[in-house]
Amino acid sequence: MQIKGDKWTPILFITPSVVAIGIFIYGFIGWTSFISFTKWNNVLPDYTLVGFKNYRKLFANMRFQIDLHNTLVFTVIFVVSCLLIGLLLAVLIDQRIKGEGIFRNLFLLPMSVSFIVSGVIWHWLFNPGSIQLGNIGVNQLFEKLGLNFLSSGWYTDPKIGIIAVAIAAVWQFSGYTMALYLAGLRGIPLELREAAAIDGASQWKIFYYITLPFLRPITFGAIIILGHISLKIFDLVVAMTGSGPAFSCDVPALFMYDTTFRGNHFAQGASIAIILLLLVSLLIIPYLITTFRKEA
Amino acid sequence: MKISAIRLLIYIILVIFIIFYIIPMYIMLVTGMKSFSEVGLSTMWNLPRSLNFESFRTAWLGSAKGGFRGLSGSFFNSVLLVIPATIISALFGSLNGYVLTKWRFRGSDLIFTMILFGMFIPYQSIIIPLVLTLQRLHVYGTIPGLILVHVIYGIPISTLIFRNYYITVPTEMVEASKIDGANFLGIYRWIIFPLSTPGFAVAMIWQFTSIWNDFLFGLIVTPNPASQPITVALNNLAGSYIVQWNVQIAGALLTALPPILIYVFLGKFFLRGLLQGSLKG
Repeated sequence: MQIKGDKWTPILFITPSVVAIGIFIYGFIGWTSFISFTKWNNVLPDYTLVGFKNYRKLFANMRFQIDLHNTLVFTVIFVVSCLLIGLLLAVLIDQRIKGEGIFRNLFLLPMSVSFIVSGVIWHWLFNPGSIQLGNIGVNQLFEKLGLNFLSSGWYTDPKIGIIAVAIAAVWQFSGYTMALYLAGLRGIPLELREAAAIDGASQWKIFYYITLPFLRPITFGAIIILGHISLKIFDLVVAMTGSGPAFSCDVPALFMYDTTFRGNHFAQGASIAIILLLLVSLLIIPYLITTFRKEA
Repeated sequence: MKISAIRLLIYIILVIFIIFYIIPMYIMLVTGMKSFSEVGLSTMWNLPRSLNFESFRTAWLGSAKGGFRGLSGSFFNSVLLVIPATIISALFGSLNGYVLTKWRFRGSDLIFTMILFGMFIPYQSIIIPLVLTLQRLHVYGTIPGLILVHVIYGIPISTLIFRNYYITVPTEMVEASKIDGANFLGIYRWIIFPLSTPGFAVAMIWQFTSIWNDFLFGLIVTPNPASQPITVALNNLAGSYIVQWNVQIAGALLTALPPILIYVFLGKFFLRGLLQGSLKG
């Protein structure tokens, strides 16, 4: 039924995007991979191939080992807290409460601002103060509320630096998981829960056997999204803490930036970027393939 | 009796979380409104005694005496950057979404998945070649260069948003006009585009917010202060030891203001973008 010639018009119109993505995503990824195998660790490009040397150096580097550890701690705290808080808030808001809109909007508000903005604010909130200043920020708040035991050195304490960053990230993203779960809860057919209640199932049983299984795809999707955000985390760390004492707040993305654009070690920086890309791909590609299969 | 106790507990938990979410906003507002004589760190939780916008003024205009730049220039850089980048990437998204839903061809699903992958990659993995290419094109360090970057890397998300939106437009309408002899552009112009307002609202609000909030591209593509976007300028302001903390926080509020206003007035579309941007409809 198609008019002659029109078969190619759609392809013509999508071509600029396909070419742009082909070059700026796939071409550039290939280019970065190539750089990571070269000797270009100075201002001037040097494309002599050196094999996996940059990667071997990277994995032997203490800062990178700390970074991988920090990423793991950050990811676990960030993803688990966002899921639990998001689910709790969604379930509570779903109880036909008064002022639902106000709660929902306030929980989501942090999501709209830049990581740089939240980094600047949390930098001051988690500032542990000093002997001259006394307690400031949240420590001072805890002191006033008589919760002194909660006080801490936050990001200045090498043991928990990355946790302080994770708390700020949870502040920003838990409202988002709340919104995902709330949309999911609203999608569960009411009859299902009602029928179970008539059959004498307790609220807990309904939650465990009906609600949770229904929310499983949402949890799965949220883990992918949050997980890849935490692997890529950069802005928040830059604005809030920087690398921190003994690299306790450092992350691979920041290491990559320092190595490449401050240290001019382009090949070394490229190798960090490729490792980051591989980690993200491990998470994203299976997700894209399953979604793609479902629709094809 | 028991039920109301549970409801009370629900409200208590919700209010505790409200406090957690509101604290940073509270600090932003009260600190910004205090006068310089009142802003001591040890009294950061106190309400201001009188309204004073000195901190905002200093954050906006900078201080010749203090030797730092204000955010006003970068604010306008961001405006200049975000408006064209948002509009152009939405147009690309709309055309791509139209092709990928109404004119599907062999391999179009694969193309869509390939485009989508671009949304998730860490931009570190393309940033070195990007800088080299922008230098070659003579747009490195310029706002047009940054616009180009945001348009290209905005294609995946805007394509996704429009594709999910156009799936809800009945294909029969398009098929019928094909039989009536309308062509690709005619159908877009007379049927699809007029129906696209909600799609454009979601895509443009999403793109506006994420381009405004972007830091990495701004940091690396525009290193010179004259063309920096506001997030980069704020980070410099906050990283400088000579800038008082209340000025930094006032600057944070100025930076946050446009996306917050969008969220407050167009929150419905913002939320829709959020849900689509992650879990496909």
